[in-house]
This record gives sequence, structure tokens and C-alpha cells, in this order.
Amino acid sequence: MGADTEVTALPERSIELPDGISAFIEEWKDKPGNLIMVLHRVQEYYGYVPRDVAFEVAARLDVPLAKIYGVITFYHFFKLRKPGRHQIAVCMGTACYLKGGEDLIKELETILGIGLNQTTADGEFSIEAVRCVGCCGLAPVLTVDGEVYGRLTKDQLAGIIAKHRGG
Amino acid sequence: MAYSQYVLVCAGTACESCRSAEIVRRLQAGVRARGLEGSVQVVRTGCFGFCAQGPVVKVLPGDHFYAQVKPEDAEEIVEEHLAKGRPVQRLLYRAPGRAAGAAAELPFYQKQFRIVLRNCGVIDPENIREYIAREGYAGLERALFEMTPDDVIEELRKSGLRGRGGAGYPTWKKWVFSKEAPANPKYIICNADEGDPGAYMDRSTLEGDPHSILEAMAIAGRTVGAQQGYIYIRAEYPLAIRRLEIAIRQAREAGLLGRDILGSGFDFDVELRLGAGAFVCGEETALIASIEGRRGMPVPRPPYPAVRGLWGKPTVINNVETLANIPVILLKGGDWFGSIGTPTSKGTKVFALTGKVNNSGLIEVPMGTTLREIIFDIGGGIKGGRRFKAAQTGGPSGGVIPEAYLDTPIDYESLAELGSIMGSGGLIVMDEDDCIVDVNKFYLEFTVDESCGKCAPCRIGGRTMYNLLTKITEGRGSVADIEQLHAVAHAMQKASLCGLGQTAPNPVLSSLRHFGEEYRIHIKDRRCPSGRCKALVTYSILPDKCIGCTLCARRCPVNCISGERRKAHVIDATRCIKCGECYEACKFGAVLRA
Repeated sequence: MGADTEVTALPERSIELPDGISAFIEEWKDKPGNLIMVLHRVQEYYGYVPRDVAFEVAARLDVPLAKIYGVITFYHFFKLRKPGRHQIAVCMGTACYLKGGEDLIKELETILGIGLNQTTADGEFSIEAVRCVGCCGLAPVLTVDGEVYGRLTKDQLAGIIAKHRGG
Repeated sequence: MAYSQYVLVCAGTACESCRSAEIVRRLQAGVRARGLEGSVQVVRTGCFGFCAQGPVVKVLPGDHFYAQVKPEDAEEIVEEHLAKGRPVQRLLYRAPGRAAGAAAELPFYQKQFRIVLRNCGVIDPENIREYIAREGYAGLERALFEMTPDDVIEELRKSGLRGRGGAGYPTWKKWVFSKEAPANPKYIICNADEGDPGAYMDRSTLEGDPHSILEAMAIAGRTVGAQQGYIYIRAEYPLAIRRLEIAIRQAREAGLLGRDILGSGFDFDVELRLGAGAFVCGEETALIASIEGRRGMPVPRPPYPAVRGLWGKPTVINNVETLANIPVILLKGGDWFGSIGTPTSKGTKVFALTGKVNNSGLIEVPMGTTLREIIFDIGGGIKGGRRFKAAQTGGPSGGVIPEAYLDTPIDYESLAELGSIMGSGGLIVMDEDDCIVDVNKFYLEFTVDESCGKCAPCRIGGRTMYNLLTKITEGRGSVADIEQLHAVAHAMQKASLCGLGQTAPNPVLSSLRHFGEEYRIHIKDRRCPSGRCKALVTYSILPDKCIGCTLCARRCPVNCISGERRKAHVIDATRCIKCGECYEACKFGAVLRA
């Protein structure tokens, strides 16, 4: 499958990959099963997988673009749209669900005026629901840019957003 | 120079989120300021397990246990305890109704028995020397110089160790299949794709004791004849990934990974592969597809990965917790391990005890411990004095266990008889405020979302069951829906391609068995006893109890409560959104939820 077929996707337009990503691709190019690791690196840099970068990765790794999109859309972790500067992830693991994770999402939607998986008009915040972040002892939990907030109540959310806004 | 006091600070994910790193910095600064750095060592350790009381700080040799410590408390601990030898009384943890005591004597720890978590909360996971000081890599040394591969397998067989990822397959058998498979090269995979919501045993083990996994993988490699290992770990666990990267680097530098390990001529190395948020990748064949860089879709077994796995080669896949047991088994012997537990299930099990329990956290108990001991002795009972309703094990593949079975000794077989499974170790406690139907809808929503869509029974069956549960929770259910739930569930169990689809109906089947009455109340009486299913709940105010304090009217987000001050209020049911704010707010029990 994939790598041994002759089909190669041509980029819409050539794009310069940042040095870090280029070097990473060079390092991993000949290792089997490299695609997911490369996509992680791309998303770490851009916050999502931009279309022109996906084209470039296809060309550099010599895999069909369809395979890349097949992988991106299969896994929850990969994003196709640019998230907000601050990414809010509300845990919806079982412990957090029982302790009101859903209420946190509703309150955030009210405060920010956006729904799940959307970004505010100023590009500051996006909200997503995630699987267990593994801090069940602190339920209910959310993270902002990876920073964990636990034992939350609805009325703490406005303060957390204010703290991150513009920061 | 020998230290006379050690300060252990939990640096697991939960405690780190409560600023434990800052506590360490301020403790170290305080120690330096008093010139105590020669006699006091501050250590950042892995998870202590008592997450509900985090951040946790322990001082040795006195075994003093400080709970919910704040960075600003660091100064006082240094000044009073470390410098003057007077433990800070106000910060010492006290179990309800007991005086402060040594950590080992706390009710939370008394019934625990730690094999897998032996080093968690004891050593600095970022320092290989501390692992080695606790007999680390001694098991590997035995496997390399004192034992043949067959000896290792014999010890594992005697130990009775079974896979801790869920299915409970004997570990030694997997190793034998791979060892005897003729193809080369062979691979060892550590499955650290802990996707079960509400479970974090593997994450804590990797964060607190990463070298134990590397050591076990090298032992596996030596035994079956593999030179390469992969750890497939969730990308959502950045701290565990970082600690593993450090551990791999240190092990290579120490000659415990890489070429010619300890001069034995045996080569073995380990690489990380990151998951990307797909629950199905916990399934062996899907996990292999993901490491190969593809969509994580399962394929039918056999052939089993032990014979035809990664890149078509023989591959041993063991879960984190399974592996963590192995170095200890080689050191203390299979007979020792086999003496712990029940006749069919040996050793211990780590559980992530969460939900409506006082002491939520990470615990390890011998197989055969009862749920009552876990929830009430270790867990300290139900939060807020509420009534226990059910314990859920096995997550989206498991089931619920009602009060009547709290005294069943837990092992693989007893849980299966109750209609649940051991699973990976999530143990979620529910109280009377939780609705069984609603929780099962939550689990099905999860499995529907995580189904890879390859086979129809799982893809269509899961959705059908979810729709039926939605109907019931919205008050549109009929008795025939119960029959249909059973029918679809059995089809899914029989015809789904992989474990995800085969086990997805388990939560519904087990809850129909133990809580059938609650389903019937939803369907026949159009009522949700716990008040979770909003469509089935109405709120009203009891005029004789209402004193007209106006609190509810002020809290109501849609202003549907009216009434004069000091007179009974009224809820306009047509505008009520059933948020429950008034019910929570009322101090006089005047709001009725029915």
C-alpha cells in the first residue's frame, strides 16, 4: 500500500517548510511508518495541518496525498482547521462527565459565544471536548494550552478565560 | 555525603497541575537559604496515588504526609520541619475521624500492595541511578547472564501473570508463540495507548517509573529474540512522553539499551511512536496499523500478532502494567508472584478509582480484594454522604456492579460472571445522583464515535443502540425498545470484527441485568429517578415550604420564577429550561424535582 505505488501528489504551490520540520522529515524519511510522526511534528508547529504543507509532506515522503488525508481524518488528534491562539480542551472522560463536564462546555459556549470545535471571531479561543486527560482525581477538568485546571465550578471559567486573553 | 532527610514531592500530571513544580523550587530555595543542602534532599517523584489530596509532599524518615500543599507553604515546611524537626501540624493529612499518622498507616494505603507502582512516589523518575538503586535492571541482568530464555518463560508461567490490558491472556503463552515463530526480525511493542475514559494507570506508571518498562521490554526482547521495541503512547500524555525520552537516553548512555547490553552481546533498542487519539488503536492489530503509519483499522485474527504482527513479523504486544510486573517476577521468582491473588488471577491490579468517591486516586491491591474494601476502606466511601449506587469497571467495554455484589472478591473470572470485565483498571463509582441509562448513553456515544467504521455490526449496531437509549432518556421509549437493545447487542457481540464492537454492548447488557427497573421507570413512568435526564424532570415550588426569599428567582437564568418577596414563588413550567439552579440554590427544600 501507499509508498510503493507510483502516484505522487504535486503541490499546488511550493512552500518552504521550516528548518525544524525539514530536518525531521530528512531524519525519518527512510524509517517505515514515519507518516504519523511527521504529521505530529507539523501540527506541533502550525497547530493544525495546513493544506499546502500536506502537499509538501506528500511530495517529500513520496506518499499519495489521499493517504495523508486518510490518516489525518481517521485520528481525532489531527486538525484541518486553525485553532484559536488559546485552545481550551474540556475533559469528557467518565469521571469528568459524572461531575459536570458538560456544564463546563455549556458555560464556555455562553461566555465565548461559540460552539464546540469553533474559534472566536478574534481568533483568541477555540473549544474542544477531549477524551480523558488522566487527571480523574481532579474532575471536572479542562486544559488551556495544556495547562490543567481541576476541581472546577462554572463560576471559575470567566476568570480563567480572562487570565489567558491576550496572553 | 549521606542525606538525613528526604522530601518527596509528587510530580505526576495531577499534582503538577496544582503547581507542584513551584513547590519543589521553593522547597529547594528554602533548603539552600538555610544551608541544609548537605543533609536534605528534595526529590520530584512519580505519582503517590492519592490524587484527591494533591499536591502531596512526604518527608522521610518520619513518613510525614502533607496534603493539598500550596507553594506558599514550602517556606514553613523547611523552617519548621526540616530545620527544627517540628512537623507542620496544619498541613498533615488526617483521615476523617483519625489523627495524623505515618503515610503507610493511612487508610488509603493500608490495604494496598504495590508491585507495579513499587517505585512511583519513591524515586525520581528522571534519574536512572535511583531506579538502579532500587534493584532496577537487576532482572534484566539475570535474564542475560543467569537464565536461558526458557527459564524466563518458565518463571512467567509459574507466576501466572495475565495481560493487564483487559483480556487477561497468559503473558508467557504470547512470548512462547513469538519465540517459536520462525520469521525474523521480531518486535516487542508496549501498548501505552490508554484510551479508556476515566483510567490513567499506565500514564502514572510511565511517569513515575519509566525504566521498569524499558527493562521489561529488553527482557522480552532477550527471551523471544527481538532487537527492536516500540512504545506506542498517546500523544495526549506529554509528561509521560518526556520522561520516557529521558529514560531511553539515560539507559542508552548506561549501556542498558543499544548494542551489546552489559557486554552480553545482546542488542536491543526502544523507540517511541505516538498515537493520535483513536481508542480503537488499543486493539492489537489496529495498533500495529497505526505504528506502520496507516489508519488504525483492525484486521481479523488469527493470525495473531505474536506470529504475524508488525510489518508481518512476530510481535509481542504487552500492556504497560503487564510489563511493569516482569522485572519483579524475575527477581523474586514466579512462585512468589503466584502466591499473591486468587487461584485464577495472580498478583495485583492497579485501579484508577474515580467518580463519587472521597479518596479518588491510583491504587494497587492484590487480586481478590473486594469492591467494598476498595471503595469504602481505601476510597473512604461516597462523597457527601450520598448513597452508593454502582461501580463501573472496564469502561466502555465493561459493566456496572450493584451494591449486592460489593463483597465479591475481584478477579478476571468473578467480574466476567457479574457481566462486567476487569478491563484496564478504570473503576468509576456512581451514587444515587447518577442515572444508569444516561451513563450508558455516554459510553455508547463514546464507542459510536470511536468505531472505525470498517464492519457493519459495530458501525450500525452501535448507532442503533445509541438512538434507542436517546429515545428512552427523552421519554419516548417503549417496552419493545428493551427487546431491540438485547437483539442488537447480541448481534454486535457475535459479528463485530474486533474487541471494540464485540464489547461495546456490555455496559447496556450489564445495566439491563442489574438495573432493569430503572430502564422501566424511564419508559413506563416517564420519570428519571436521579433527575439527570432533563426531558423527564419537572421543577415546581412547594408553596408551604417557600418563604419567598427570592434566591431562586435571582438565580434562574431565564427568569421564569416569579413571586412577591416573602410570598410563595411559582415556576413557569413552559419557560423552564430545567437547569436545576433553583433546586441547588433553595435552602429550605422548597423546590421539588419530580
